[in-house]
Amino acid sequence: MPEQLGAAPAPVAKLIDAFHKLPGIGPKSAQRLTYHMLRIPPEEALALAQAIIELKEKTVLCSVCQNVTESDPCNICRDDARDRAVICVVEEPLDILAVERTRGFHGLYHVLHGVISPMDGVGPEDLKVNELLTRLRGGSVTEVIMATNPNLEGEATSMYISRLLTPMGIRVTRLARGLPMGSDLEYADEVTLSRALENRQDV
Amino acid sequence: MPQQLRVYVTPAIVLRQRKLGDADKILTLYTATFGKVDAVVKGVRKTKSRMAGHVEPLTQANFQLAKGKTLDIVTQVETIEPFQALRGDLERMSRALYACELLDKFTETHEPNFELYRLLLDTLSRLATRDHFEVAVRFYEMALLDAMGYRPELEECVTCRKRLTAITNYWTAAGGGVVCASCRTDETAVRPISANAVKLLRLLLHGRFSDAARVTIDAGLNAELERALLEYVRWVLERDVRSTAFIDTLRKRRPSRARTMAAAGDAPA
Ligand SMILES: [Zn+2]
Ligand SMILES: [Zn+2]
Repeated sequence: MPEQLGAAPAPVAKLIDAFHKLPGIGPKSAQRLTYHMLRIPPEEALALAQAIIELKEKTVLCSVCQNVTESDPCNICRDDARDRAVICVVEEPLDILAVERTRGFHGLYHVLHGVISPMDGVGPEDLKVNELLTRLRGGSVTEVIMATNPNLEGEATSMYISRLLTPMGIRVTRLARGLPMGSDLEYADEVTLSRALENRQDV
Repeated sequence: MPQQLRVYVTPAIVLRQRKLGDADKILTLYTATFGKVDAVVKGVRKTKSRMAGHVEPLTQANFQLAKGKTLDIVTQVETIEPFQALRGDLERMSRALYACELLDKFTETHEPNFELYRLLLDTLSRLATRDHFEVAVRFYEMALLDAMGYRPELEECVTCRKRLTAITNYWTAAGGGVVCASCRTDETAVRPISANAVKLLRLLLHGRFSDAARVTIDAGLNAELERALLEYVRWVLERDVRSTAFIDTLRKRRPSRARTMAAAGDAPA
């Protein structure tokens, strides 16, 4: 096919396209990143490509908590020192890091990989909610702490899950109000998050 | 048309928000003065942001916005009405989000329409306060369709133009209203609509909300109205309405009050 006048060569257009699909990357940024790739030494670009391949090949979701891990079950789920009666439910793997930084939580986690977002068409069936229910049917868990973000969608998710768990006789709690409405958990400082964990309330 | 200033102030309802970059969000607002407006609110996902609590969806707030090159920027915001009752109750919240999604999909940006602002505000208030809130959603759908120029035909058959009789007729989204039994075809109107439902649709269209709210609408009749209006809404919009899926999910999983009360009664004292 003859190259269109003024159009980017096919490999360039292809990478721009790929970058554009990433969250938070607009068409302009996608172009900038692509031309940056053209300028850097080949080994640097290949190292990036290799890192992406390894990321996909060497990580899996933990079959217990759904966190991203190199070994299944993950380190936290395998750790005998952790309290198996309490599960902290988070939206994303990054939120686990935020809670771990507080050093105040010693139970296990469950990653939903998203949040109920009705206007985007994301419902409970698109999240790892069924995996959570299956996990809880074992009967050894007594408390589930909902650590979804303190915003409308996080609250909706927390209320919905609590609706499913309460009839199972499980205590469902929610991080306390110390976290400002509308903020992201991953930005919370340790002190605030620790306090929110300690002062959690029943849903 | 109101003069476009570099900085402007208006009350608005937050219809939705989406993440932008690392810490920002783009809001879709329905403003009282300028119609629908997309605006960036910076740093709002950081825990120190003073604006975060005021820009959640379903919030009515006073906004100060600065004209930007592509998107306007929120420079100040103060909540007027947080509609807390909509946040603490999934049933009410899901309907309120549906109302917001409809207004978002029915309107273009920067087309001032105070009536629509008022309509959404009234609907959110009704959803937040009334025991029977489904009728508020039906009233809203009808009012929105009417305001956007899609008033459905409820008096005469859309095909033969004969006056409708009070028997079971058929609903046609493509025809924009009710079709009589002799004119209906399998392609355009498969769903029968009861005489009662047509009567209620007329009341929703011509009556005030207080008139409609006085009528007892059972679940079956509400379902009939809901299906007909949603079918029509989808036909007009030529796309799906996403937030209805969550309403359906909640209905499937509804904690039955009767069951809870029975269970409480059964429990040993
Ligand atoms: Zn795990
Ligand atoms: Zn006819």
